[in-house]
Amino acid sequence: MPTLISHTEPTAPARTGTQIRLAGVTKDYGLAAPAVDDVSLTIEPGEFMTLLGPSGSGKTTTLNLIAGFETLTAGSIAFDGTDVSNLPPHKRNLGMLFQNYALFPHLTVAQNVAYPLRERKLAKPEIARKVAEVLELVQLTGRDNHHPAQLSGGQQQRVALARAIVFGPNALLLDEPLGALDRNLRGTLQAEIHRIHREVGTTFVFVTHDQEEAMNLSDRIALFNNGRIEQVGTPEDLYQRPETLFTATFLGDSNVFDASPAPDGTFAWEDNIWTVDRSTVSARAAAGDHVALVVRPEDVRLEGAVPADANAVTATIRDIEYMGAYRTAVLALGHDGVAGRARLDALAADFRPGQAVTAWWPVARQHIVATL
Amino acid sequence: MTVTLEKPRRATKVDPIPWWLKLVGLAVALYFVLPTLFVIPMSFSTATTFQFPPRGFSLRLYQNFFTNPVWLDALRNSVLIALLAALLATVVGTAAAIGLHNLTGRLARFARTLLMVSIVTPAIVLAVAVYISFLQWRLVGTLGGYVLAHAAIGVPFVLISVTGALGGFDPKLLRASASLGAPPLRAFLTVTMPLISRGIVTGAVFAFVTSFDEVVIALFLRSPALQTLPVQMYNSVTVEIDPTIAASSSVVVTAVTTICLVLQFVGGRRRNR
Repeated sequence: MPTLISHTEPTAPARTGTQIRLAGVTKDYGLAAPAVDDVSLTIEPGEFMTLLGPSGSGKTTTLNLIAGFETLTAGSIAFDGTDVSNLPPHKRNLGMLFQNYALFPHLTVAQNVAYPLRERKLAKPEIARKVAEVLELVQLTGRDNHHPAQLSGGQQQRVALARAIVFGPNALLLDEPLGALDRNLRGTLQAEIHRIHREVGTTFVFVTHDQEEAMNLSDRIALFNNGRIEQVGTPEDLYQRPETLFTATFLGDSNVFDASPAPDGTFAWEDNIWTVDRSTVSARAAAGDHVALVVRPEDVRLEGAVPADANAVTATIRDIEYMGAYRTAVLALGHDGVAGRARLDALAADFRPGQAVTAWWPVARQHIVATL
Repeated sequence: MTVTLEKPRRATKVDPIPWWLKLVGLAVALYFVLPTLFVIPMSFSTATTFQFPPRGFSLRLYQNFFTNPVWLDALRNSVLIALLAALLATVVGTAAAIGLHNLTGRLARFARTLLMVSIVTPAIVLAVAVYISFLQWRLVGTLGGYVLAHAAIGVPFVLISVTGALGGFDPKLLRASASLGAPPLRAFLTVTMPLISRGIVTGAVFAFVTSFDEVVIALFLRSPALQTLPVQMYNSVTVEIDPTIAASSSVVVTAVTTICLVLQFVGGRRRNR
């Protein structure tokens, strides 16, 4: 069992977590479509992996399958190469954080944190030492004898965090743990989770539908849609190199052009012919016929001459949204007035609704993605 | 416990209860309690037959109750049977409540109804059915027979009260305890049971009391060697015309009331923690 923390070593601890390997994991409740459909994913030791996706996309079911709360319909799950597919949850040695904290209301903070240690039949002095140590880690020293109901939501979640890591689990599973907290507290706890991941160094599997949270925390993100993994990669991979239209629109905003590729490698949309840089064509788009061209709002310019290595389209400004740090121009693109957006930075000119503009973007900043 | 969580006092005062409603409440309370209380003065009577108002004052009836082996045996049998029946009913009823809690299928509904049948079945029907089957199984007049029959009528009470307690129980807690390394039985003992203990205790008390004052089935199952206190009371009135029943009733009423009050007090304290 990996040790909890080494206070003596200020350097980052060795990555001590477990590798979690999902192979062809499927969960079918007998409904129209399987909840999780042939998911294969390898989570590396010590990695912070986020399962991101809209509700009903299969991310929580996948987490529950890893935890052992649900049984597999097909496929297998292995920890460090050992098949755990049929292991009951209490033998998987995984810490888990729940959205509603799931603290035991009849036990004090210290008793809650000691619970997994008692189940492992540790000696009393050792339990006391570990509890004190982990409560210090989550900055809750001195609350030992409080009951959960006497703590705030943020404090309760920190107790839950302490309880989930005190026994040195193979991995920590986090099921939307920040969902019930208000915005400010969410930020604080995000930082806390990030710090604890660094200090404990174990594998984290984090489920959320909040893309910002996912981007901030993760080493890698697995984006779920309809029970399948749409794309796996670093936050930057997913944002900068989306494979599919779903990825491009779920993470951040995108202007979407249902353009058709021409044989000469260009793209036609309405009466525009756009040049394409091969490096911006995703592998899945290159393999299939159903593609779209997408551009991030922050890559779209509305002023200045259109450079040679840029594509352009005529647009009408519908509205200007003031966002504080920046403004967003809501656009009607092309003849048909397809909805689009462009981010205007602080130094951009004043645009007015109704104004006709030329929207352009560097060829290298567009993405050709698969739509199916 | 040093910190107490106090809810803020209501800013506006609740409307006082009107006098006539208090009067109605008092009348209803007296209606329920008076018949029970009548028996207590009668138990101190010097008379050898039933008389009200009681004449004189003596502890003769109590002396009779606590020295006559027929009464004492009956009391001991009743307590023993009620304890065992309550224990059995509590185990079965709690297990059934937990098992059925998360099931919504037709079969689960059927099982739930089946377990509640003894509440709505007329006692005499139940008693005859029990008598006929127990004759075949040679359980009439045996301790096991009483316990089985009384446990069966106690189960619905446990089922109701434990099901109620489970309504406020968060099943995620069981996932939490499993993830922390607790096998299902440990999870039940360390998490589920403490959190639904009020429901279990309430059900157990109801099961105990139900068995303790059950008379119809007990009449059928009695044997010269083994009969319960309610049956002895019945006999004392219908066969022997023995006013000792006044003393025995007082003892029972006082004992049961005390148990209920103590539970109320303990339960109330726990809730305020």
